Amino acid sequence: MSTPTVEHSAALDAAEAGGIQLITVTFRIRRFNPEEHPDPVWVDYQLTLDPKERVLDALNKIKWEQDGTLTYRRSCAHGICGSDAMRINGRNRLACKTLIKDVNPEKPITIEAIKGLTVLKDLVVDMDPFFQAYKDVMPFLITKGNEPTRERLQSAEDRERFDDTTKCILCAACTSSCPVFWNDGQYFGPAAIVNAHRFIFDSRDEGAEQRLEILNDREGVWRCRTTFNCSEACPRGIEVTKAIQEVKRALVTRRF
Amino acid sequence: MSTEISDALVVPSKHAHTGKGLGTGNPADAFVIEPPRKRTAKTPRRTRTNFEMLAWLFMRLSGVVLVVLILGHLLIMLVLDGGVSKIGFAFVAGRWASPFWQGWDLLMLWLAMLHGANGMRQVINDYAEKDSTRLWLKGLMGTATVFTVLLGTLVIFTFDPNI
Repeated sequence: MSTPTVEHSAALDAAEAGGIQLITVTFRIRRFNPEEHPDPVWVDYQLTLDPKERVLDALNKIKWEQDGTLTYRRSCAHGICGSDAMRINGRNRLACKTLIKDVNPEKPITIEAIKGLTVLKDLVVDMDPFFQAYKDVMPFLITKGNEPTRERLQSAEDRERFDDTTKCILCAACTSSCPVFWNDGQYFGPAAIVNAHRFIFDSRDEGAEQRLEILNDREGVWRCRTTFNCSEACPRGIEVTKAIQEVKRALVTRRF
Repeated sequence: MSTEISDALVVPSKHAHTGKGLGTGNPADAFVIEPPRKRTAKTPRRTRTNFEMLAWLFMRLSGVVLVVLILGHLLIMLVLDGGVSKIGFAFVAGRWASPFWQGWDLLMLWLAMLHGANGMRQVINDYAEKDSTRLWLKGLMGTATVFTVLLGTLVIFTFDPNI
């Protein structure tokens, strides 16, 4: 059986000529280099690219072809590692999951670092306070007694209870979209509460009381004002505000 | 591929640099802007009480009761029976002759003041960055709240229509 093959470059040429409409887009990136200038600076870059490409592709193009000093984090580039959360056109998104055609390429696309965390350079922020809040809710299985010889079994319904919050990739898009977190960096923030929720409602875990006590703190869940910024920002579609409300309800009723 | 880079537009930052830096020894660190009240490994557990939970519950419950109390109050004062034109010393004296309306107004006073004060407490917690500012603002607000609540309570209970 023979498979019809097309000359590779010919296919690309054809695509460029007909199928793919390349457009010119301006990227307005908020750059900051404390070694050069104490203040952040907006810099415009112009690119010609396929609108179906992602914002991360555009950043890569800028870094590789125009300005190698542009600094940002990315690893997997497929929405799993959570490295490239940034503020694109004023909303927190993952650069690797945002298509250029979806962020109005007719106007300059603004890209900034996420808010509420110290900007170290360009789009790179200091994630230590974010991960400190994560560590503070003890995001690991806590059990009593002897370890079972087999795996810890769980019914499908019990697993379903916290399924939504297992999707978190710790990209900080939610926490850095929270106005309470902007004003008070000691607030645990949505991401830490989501990860506490993941264990509080896990039937195999026995540390729920401890975690609830931690989140009952002055900087805990009660600071949440249900602004819904976090739910809107989450690139994984986690219902973050709902999870926070469930933790609040568990604290009030002591049922979980 | 276009490689044109427009002129950099310098935007002065709105925030003052703390000048404290990140402690990495790099002098450029003095220019990074740190968020207020950063969480570190040394951040203490603040409270072991249920105060925040009770305050949160109080806001929800008092809010529901206040909707009834205030809408009822507005209806009586502004709409029913001639509206605002009927309000005078005699009208107030007549209402406060009944323990029911005394209780209504007393409850409304306490709930509204505490509800509002707790809301203001949240706003101060959010916007005051320095601990001393926060303490002062909360002190002032607490004093004003206690004064208003006590004065109002005193008037409701000691009101004399023959003054």
